[in-house]
Amino acid sequence: MLLEYIAIGVMILVATLIAFIAIGLGGLFGPKKPSAEKDTPYESGMNPYGEGTRRMPVRFYLVAVLFILFDIEVVFFLPWAIAFRQLGLFGLLEMVIFIVILLIGYVYAWKKGALEWE
Amino acid sequence: MDWTMWVEWIVKGFVLCLILLTGFAYLTWYERRALARIQVRVGPNRAGYQGLLQPIADAVKLIFKEELTPGHVYKVVFILAPVLTVVPSLVLAAVVPLGTSFNLFGREITLYVADVNVGILYLTSIASIAVYGIVLAGWSSNNKYAMLGGIRSSAQMISYELTLGLSFVTAIILGNSMNMIDIVNEQRGLWFVVIQPVGALIFWIATLAEVNRAPFDMPEAEQELTAGYHAEYSGMKFALFFMAEYQKMIVISMILATLFFGGYLGPFVDQVPLLGPVYLFAKVIILLFGMIWVRATWPRIRYDRLMSFGWKILLPLSLAIAFITATGILLADVLNNQLFFWSIPVVSIIALLVAVAFIYRDLRRKSHGRI
Repeated sequence: MLLEYIAIGVMILVATLIAFIAIGLGGLFGPKKPSAEKDTPYESGMNPYGEGTRRMPVRFYLVAVLFILFDIEVVFFLPWAIAFRQLGLFGLLEMVIFIVILLIGYVYAWKKGALEWE
Repeated sequence: MDWTMWVEWIVKGFVLCLILLTGFAYLTWYERRALARIQVRVGPNRAGYQGLLQPIADAVKLIFKEELTPGHVYKVVFILAPVLTVVPSLVLAAVVPLGTSFNLFGREITLYVADVNVGILYLTSIASIAVYGIVLAGWSSNNKYAMLGGIRSSAQMISYELTLGLSFVTAIILGNSMNMIDIVNEQRGLWFVVIQPVGALIFWIATLAEVNRAPFDMPEAEQELTAGYHAEYSGMKFALFFMAEYQKMIVISMILATLFFGGYLGPFVDQVPLLGPVYLFAKVIILLFGMIWVRATWPRIRYDRLMSFGWKILLPLSLAIAFITATGILLADVLNNQLFFWSIPVVSIIALLVAVAFIYRDLRRKSHGRI
């Protein structure tokens, strides 16, 4: 089974090689005419002002935190999905309890307005 | 382990990459032609017969474009970001079986790069790496549009990744394995799309959001962000982003075909193993047409609706679908009654209808409140 991962590793190397060759081709054959205008950030033709990377809305951070919570749930689901035939009704009930606990958190987040985007 | 194995791995990896690259080139042609037909135009038909040489002409043009690296960007990340986006989109296909195996000069050649027993786990992990490429591209461009596009994209992709993961869970439950080949073999009697049509539909919607396709192409919304995270990219570096998007479309259609539409299975595939890739190809073409059709038909949805659709509708629905599937199979097993097994599609479709009713109610209430 480990051999299969070497095969994937070889493929990652091949893919990386192809990507760098593509960039290299562009650098090799493309014309190079640098100018001061081309070095400025693109802002629809207006004169750029301020920094490019500025503060961002905290909403995105909230989404990321919620994502971590529910992604762990999904990761917990994966082994259960394979084993649930052996676990039988016991496994199903355990999963129901787990989901109910998670749903409480989900409903709380919804009621608190964490899922709103206003 | 001898040297022939190394040769086989390298050749297979290279061939799979080449298939995807060619597929990308001709997918752009296919999309332009199909879009044109839907909009009662002709589309590109000048370069070669029916415009078949158009992708090559485009590639040559892009190679001879100026490769601009503007002075205000963070250089190393700026150059590495397209590579980081394109590599996962290629490597994703490594575990998808194109067929079983065939004999070449007395050597058994398998029609997949790797037969990993945690294939689906591999898919979920590799698919999430692609987010890094887009976020880093947006951040390293040091440009307000690119920054916003990158952040929007990351929020959208991680939101829909939950739904995608739960759809994978549905497929695992049905296939009773994480191995892609086992899942295909489970479908010899019946494709999983018959048992779980809603699961396939949710998977498809989530993948549309994952690859930033219309109607979920907010990160690249040209009316508000000009081009989103690749606003500062040009030449081949832009082409790599473009490549990654289209390759992800192909690979994800391959995965959908494998998980729910029987993969390489079809009539006579056991006698002639080389028919496997042909069947998979035909299924992928049909699924890709669905994606193009959606792009031609639906307008882009608003960002707040996109997020609430993902979090409030799709996430609970996919959770319910996974749960309905597991309960149905278990009850059919324990009580030895096939009726419970066949209640899975019925109950799933009822759940889908409830979700649609919720969307309609919400839309009507909102439209009364605002304009």
